Amino acid sequence: MPIRCEIVSQDKTLYEGDVDIVVIPGTSGVMGILPNHAPLLTTLNFGVVQVRKGGDEENFTVAGGVAEIQPNIVTVLADRAENVEDIDISRAEAAQQRAKEYMEKGPPPDSDRYLAMSAALHRSNLRLDAVRRYRKGKKQATRQTEE
Amino acid sequence: MASAREMRLRIQSVKNIAQVTRALEAVSASKVRKAVEQVENTRPYANKAWQVLRHVAGQPGRSTLHPLLTERTEVKNTLVLLISSDRGLAGAYNTNIIRFNMQNFKNYNTPTQYITVGRKGRDLLMRRGGNVVAEFSDLPAAPSFMDVSSIGHLAVEEFLKGNVDEVYLVYTDYVSMAKQEPVIKKLLPLELDDSDDLVQEYGEQQKIAAAYIYEPDAEEILNEIIPRFTALQVYQATLESLASEHAARMVAMRNATDNAHELVGALQLDYNKVRQQSITGDILDIAGGAEALAQSER
Repeated sequence: MPIRCEIVSQDKTLYEGDVDIVVIPGTSGVMGILPNHAPLLTTLNFGVVQVRKGGDEENFTVAGGVAEIQPNIVTVLADRAENVEDIDISRAEAAQQRAKEYMEKGPPPDSDRYLAMSAALHRSNLRLDAVRRYRKGKKQATRQTEE
Repeated sequence: MASAREMRLRIQSVKNIAQVTRALEAVSASKVRKAVEQVENTRPYANKAWQVLRHVAGQPGRSTLHPLLTERTEVKNTLVLLISSDRGLAGAYNTNIIRFNMQNFKNYNTPTQYITVGRKGRDLLMRRGGNVVAEFSDLPAAPSFMDVSSIGHLAVEEFLKGNVDEVYLVYTDYVSMAKQEPVIKKLLPLELDDSDDLVQEYGEQQKIAAAYIYEPDAEEILNEIIPRFTALQVYQATLESLASEHAARMVAMRNATDNAHELVGALQLDYNKVRQQSITGDILDIAGGAEALAQSER
């Protein structure tokens, strides 16, 4: 029996479908959700949501959010999310570079801009990492080793 | 009948109006496209968030779960968040939402306070004696969540402080280009209506009665998501209203343009008649003069 998975970010629906397992990066650890899971509500960490169905696997980076789990549905409400296949590497690298440069200048660490930039750095690191790890064409589904 | 000159002026002025309304229509048409796109992009998230909220609220023991979910035994004050537009010329858009609101709250048994978004709604409400405690206007054309979240947070704060005991959201739902519907939603405390229209999306979803497992823990997660998702509902409502406003304005302006063209047609016909009459008169005069001349020469 499959479990339904819906991944939505604030500006669009990224994934909708019946799957075998969903792996989500909860704040207190990564968890794999199988069908008939007990109802659960968790906040999300920065990380990768994996959706597996048969031999297929799809990966999405998420930057925080909430996930609601019902026995036959997983709803991931991500603050920001992207399909790993859709990540624009050059843009992510540029963003990473920009953020790094900014951080090196040593701005006051409690300003909004500092926080925004460090979040941006975090996000682009996550994206690039996810691309490196998960984007190899769809055939070879790498085993998940997310911390 | 007016003179030909006067009529010519009138026709010209009606034509000018048609031009203006057509320009306004074009502007609204492009705005509505953007607004609808934004609304449709954020709708899935808002709907899902609402669903999650309702599932949380549907648990056994909800009243002890979080203050925002707790139904107050005695409702002394009601707060209404009313979303309208800053500008007029949008057909019946603003009147509709106000009338709808009045129908709902005219004979309400508790004092109602209003937080309005949009100048028109504020003005119309105050004229009708509504108690407006706060207003937000001049929102950017494409508001982001940050622009609007303060409105939702204000409502949440008022509720938590005990200044109000329930909060409603009144806005215009964008259904289609031709149809916008005023709706009312109970925001706080969350209410579970029996007509569970959202449940179909789940397919053979059984009714859940079990309590959630929370990670990290209930308090932390509820404190984060309930105010946030509530604010999100306000945000979505604002976007819906904005799309409705532009759609309503576009339709209103198109009607105005059509009417102006029709009027020009009718006026043109009258003008032509007057003109023809005066020419006939002139010819008769000349013919009469020539006849008289011819007779005197004979």
